[in-house]
Amino acid sequence: MSTTKTALGIRMPSPRLLRGKIARGVLYLLVLAVFLVPVWSMVATVFSGIPMKSGEISLFPLDFTFNNIIQAWNFGVAVGLFNSVVVVVIGLALQLTVSSLAAYSLARKKFRGMSVVMVLILATMMMPEEVIAIPLYLVLGQIPAPTESGSLLNSFGGLILPLVGWALPIYVLTGFMRNIPLELEESARMDGAGDFRIFWKIILPLCKPALGTCAVFGFLMIWDQYLLPLLVAQTPAKYTLTLIVTSLQSSQELGEGVRLAAALILMVPGVIVYLILQKFFERGLLGGSLKG
Amino acid sequence: MGRITRLKFMRGVSPWAFLAPALLVFAVFKFWPTLYGMFLSFFNVRPYLGNQWIGFDNFTRAFNDPTLFAATWHTLLDAAVTVAASMLIGFFLALLLEGPTLHLRIVRTAAFLPVVTAMVVVAQLWDVLLYPGQYGAVNSVLGAVGVGPQGFLSDPNQALGSVMLVQIWKSAPYDMVIFIAGLAGVDRQLYDAADIDGASAWQRLRYVTIPALRPITTIVLTLGIIRGLRVFTEIFVLTNGGPAGSTETIVTFLYKAGIENNKLGYASAISTMLLIATVVLTCLNLWWRARKDRS
Repeated sequence: MSTTKTALGIRMPSPRLLRGKIARGVLYLLVLAVFLVPVWSMVATVFSGIPMKSGEISLFPLDFTFNNIIQAWNFGVAVGLFNSVVVVVIGLALQLTVSSLAAYSLARKKFRGMSVVMVLILATMMMPEEVIAIPLYLVLGQIPAPTESGSLLNSFGGLILPLVGWALPIYVLTGFMRNIPLELEESARMDGAGDFRIFWKIILPLCKPALGTCAVFGFLMIWDQYLLPLLVAQTPAKYTLTLIVTSLQSSQELGEGVRLAAALILMVPGVIVYLILQKFFERGLLGGSLKG
Repeated sequence: MGRITRLKFMRGVSPWAFLAPALLVFAVFKFWPTLYGMFLSFFNVRPYLGNQWIGFDNFTRAFNDPTLFAATWHTLLDAAVTVAASMLIGFFLALLLEGPTLHLRIVRTAAFLPVVTAMVVVAQLWDVLLYPGQYGAVNSVLGAVGVGPQGFLSDPNQALGSVMLVQIWKSAPYDMVIFIAGLAGVDRQLYDAADIDGASAWQRLRYVTIPALRPITTIVLTLGIIRGLRVFTEIFVLTNGGPAGSTETIVTFLYKAGIENNKLGYASAISTMLLIATVVLTCLNLWWRARKDRS
């Protein structure tokens, strides 16, 4: 319908449709220019060997080199990356364990006080963590722990434990577990299985998609932490990668390539996790927000 | 204990056994700091000397602090502008990039990069791109169209606007994904009906798409406002509240008062007020939604 025949009988798109197509193409290029080009220029600058003045970037990796990466690595990125990986691995494992246990109880049990627990946990979702940052810092300084500082300050415990309790995965997993048919659980109960066995053997394996969603969100949430490590980590040995990246910002003499190299190393794991678990991420964004 | 009573006991205990780890971490790292902060709001906190009860002094001081007033204004302005702009741009991106074809998926994934990039990285990147000299990347682009070099983050008149640009760059694609989900949920038959009635593309958008997206718009708005009130990392990294206090926000002010100047009681009082503001906003939002559901 929207094509016209040319004299040669070749079907050509009508001029109006063609104009629309070109306009769309231009808009796509604009979107790519705005969102992709800055990221691309960061990558290109990191691998460029030519010296850059402040504020200069490169659009192509001229004189390809790993020098910026190596320098950044030696200026604290190695330590920061190690600390961040420890925090994210242990933190995420604890977060998912604690959340799925709580979700099982909230989704499958009826007990006095349940609605109070539900409201308390959901209330923290509306409460930005920045609001309690200062008193949290004081509390962390008061909790005795077998560390150099004698408290949770300047320790992995202080970097990790405040991130374990998060309302979002509890909410997502509770919603998901409610939709698992009760019959599955009842037949296992007939066979004499206890609560924990049912949770571990039946419910949890069925929750894989929801756990995938929670893993992506949890990873990004922990990996991006900035204010908490800023308060907790007091010596460079405990700095997470986010702190290392911003500490390189003030070392101007190293050049833009080095600090962007550190930033790139911080960026890559997030992008990889997103690309691998993309479908979980989008589903979660939609599911969580649609219900919210 | 007999078997029956034991079973009953187990049934009573196990929900709490499953909840215990979560309740413990929430209690210690969320609820206790919240209450402790409220408590400290009424004290002059003096490490080693003991805290001194000063009643509502911290709160009266907060209401008379011009720096805090400016910080609150910047925070509200920043939240309003970035939420509105991200929603608008996110909506148009969603209209442009919705669809199953491969090239749309590729453009969409590229546009989504800022969302999964840590805020610290985004801030570093734009700190370089917005370099105020004429060699700065954005200034070079502006130079190519005949605009002179701008100060951006170093200019007190442009710093807040520059920070907003960076925030919108990161949050517009986020809103896009939520809107795309909303578009997928629009009843296709409504589109067909509109076509049969001879509706133009604009009318279809105005009378079918936008009304159908209303519930999702409320969600995007709520998420955006909460995101806006807590703004910290990008400001702290890009400008640290400067130049000349032009980008100071509530949380950067909190950090400076509490950590850098050690006025912990004062910082706690501001935290408490921010908490009350968040609770009030949330309740208003819930009440507004409930009222709309009834009508």
